[in-house]
Amino acid sequence: MRFQPQVRPNVKSTRLSPVYPMAVRAYLDHAATTPMTTRAREAMIEALASFGNPSGTHTEARRARQALEEARDRIADRLGARAREVVFTSGGTEALNLALAGRPPSGCAISAIEHDAVRNAVPGAQEIPVTQDGLIEVDAIPADARCIAVMAANNETGVIQPVGRVRSAAPDAVLVVDAVCAAAWLDLGAIPADLLAISGHKFGGPQGIGALMVREGTVVEPLLHGGGQERERRSGTQNVAGAVAMAVAFDEVCEMRAVATARVAELRDRLGDGLLQAIGGVTETGLRASKTSGNVHLCIEGIESETLLVLLDRAGVAASAGSACASGALHASHVLLAMGIAKEKALGSLRLTLGPDTTEAEITHALVMIAECVAKLRA
Amino acid sequence: MKILVAMSGGVDSSVAAAILLEQGHDIAGVTLRLWGGESDSGCCSVADVDDARRVAQQLGIEHWVFNFAEDFDAKVVEPYVDAHAAGQTPNPCIECNRHIKFDRLLRRSGQLGFDALATGHHVRRVRVGSRWALARAVDTAKDQSYVVHMLDQAALARCVFPIGEMAKSTVRERAAALGLRTADKPDSQDVCFIAAKGGGRRTFLGSRIGLHPGRVVDTSGQTLGTVDAIELVTIGQRRGLDAGGVGERRFVVDIDAVSATITMGNASDMLMESVDLKGLVWASAPVLGPVRVQSSAHGLAVRGRIDDSRVTFDEPQRRIASGQSVVFYDDPSGQIVLGGGLATGSPAELDPSGR
Repeated sequence: MRFQPQVRPNVKSTRLSPVYPMAVRAYLDHAATTPMTTRAREAMIEALASFGNPSGTHTEARRARQALEEARDRIADRLGARAREVVFTSGGTEALNLALAGRPPSGCAISAIEHDAVRNAVPGAQEIPVTQDGLIEVDAIPADARCIAVMAANNETGVIQPVGRVRSAAPDAVLVVDAVCAAAWLDLGAIPADLLAISGHKFGGPQGIGALMVREGTVVEPLLHGGGQERERRSGTQNVAGAVAMAVAFDEVCEMRAVATARVAELRDRLGDGLLQAIGGVTETGLRASKTSGNVHLCIEGIESETLLVLLDRAGVAASAGSACASGALHASHVLLAMGIAKEKALGSLRLTLGPDTTEAEITHALVMIAECVAKLRA
Repeated sequence: MKILVAMSGGVDSSVAAAILLEQGHDIAGVTLRLWGGESDSGCCSVADVDDARRVAQQLGIEHWVFNFAEDFDAKVVEPYVDAHAAGQTPNPCIECNRHIKFDRLLRRSGQLGFDALATGHHVRRVRVGSRWALARAVDTAKDQSYVVHMLDQAALARCVFPIGEMAKSTVRERAAALGLRTADKPDSQDVCFIAAKGGGRRTFLGSRIGLHPGRVVDTSGQTLGTVDAIELVTIGQRRGLDAGGVGERRFVVDIDAVSATITMGNASDMLMESVDLKGLVWASAPVLGPVRVQSSAHGLAVRGRIDDSRVTFDEPQRRIASGQSVVFYDDPSGQIVLGGGLATGSPAELDPSGR
């Protein structure tokens, strides 16, 4: 690749980068991406230093191969799968695309709240409706569906889906589970999926690495054609350092899960309750008891999320509206619309997602600032 | 001052941002996502958003993308389509400025705590006595006061146009000197939501409203031929019509969408002495008496008089299509925008049967 020098504009700016005036910053967008854990970062740097192409035959190659396969073993253990059932991919989107590749949309039924990585992979698939609490209506699953896609937990509302009941309702269908936003919070080994997708950067690993669990006997149609890596399911030299770091992060998040979820749920409740109390005209989306621990999702009447998010950013709170397209523009979320929420209300959505390292101070800061910014916009 | 800069990804708004930053203002950039459909031109593609974001990064300022696509469709695209269906000639850039940039975005800039909104338009904001006024750009060839004419005192008080004082060539030089990525980007052209490739206006309007054939008649009502899509015909048009015959040049002088009839006349039929306006807006206060009148983005401003909502020209002028904006400038300098309105068609309408 050609090196292009960065031309810096010849302007006298007092600032080198966007300045956030607040000393305290509350990062409450962990569902978008969560920082890498220290151990994952260290493992990644070590793996990067110890290079090698895992497909080769020499010492360096064997070393890389070993690191890769050890990472695969660890991830397989956590997924309740065998090592050969784990395919490394570039992330959640590729994993879901791979799971659905070659499956005729007419034979697919997907929940109405699936991520675009599923929706756009099988355009025209039948949609399974959800309740106003954001839970898939298992009774509405079409009997003739040969492939069903349902998320383990929704990326916007955090609502945990009854995958077990979906499995019982359609025992013969291929069951694709998007566990990207569930991996940090739920035991994925307990999920009865034929194909299950995870993404490293949602639980403390790096961006650019994910995995698809392909249950033995389930056929996938490769998206990438080449040297036949990943047992002919995903060609291309593997991202060894990424896989290693993802495995380390996944182990960590799984080991810490019980403690972290309890602690985060407490902070989440403080944030959710506090906001409901401080701001009028707010509805919480989804029942808290059925959500992942780190999720607060609100619809704030008379507020446009676009405006609120800018004010919050400037006030030191990183949040999201739940759905943004590649350009960074917001649009009314299909998840909220599927839950029967009116479009106008959906455009006032606010998603706050906590991570295992979220602090009391961040929650306090967010509580004050969100209430203040909403009041400012309503003034 | 805290200024929000509307950055389209183009040269003008990029340089505007750089200049304001240089002047020591506290600025941030915003790019509007206006159109979800297919379009390769204009100011709202994803590529343009990326360009704007990169410029903002180079300048070290915050940048956001606001999705006004729904409003844009309701207030710019739909009226544009409806106007064509009614045989009018709309100007969507003006409606975008009126409803999107200098209304919704201007209001939002206030909500976000900005003192002003800046754009890369080639216009100047000046003081006339104790009032604000919009003046033509220094680079008259690039002047955009016609498409920004709707600003009133409240809007003008909160708008900044940093490049109205500069020649376009200077703007490009500044962009190059600043190392901005957009320095050599071509100016945007045409209607931004209509892709130039793939049939342009015909395809777009065809898919939105369907195109309807019409009859072409002369001013005495005699049939001259047919046209396959009256929605694509504009006042003053000469070519592309099956008007039969040879001889003197004929122009479209009237479009009646209801009866699907296009009337063609000769050069003198193309002239009108006055035009009635609706939706009048004023920069300061309503004006009566002599003004300079401009009826297209790069047209000449001619002498006329305003009397209520009617403009009477000193010399008969080329017919102004219904739906076009008519903008008034002060007389005699012709530099200061006084206000404007939308042409409803000429009151001295030709009576096709009576001539």
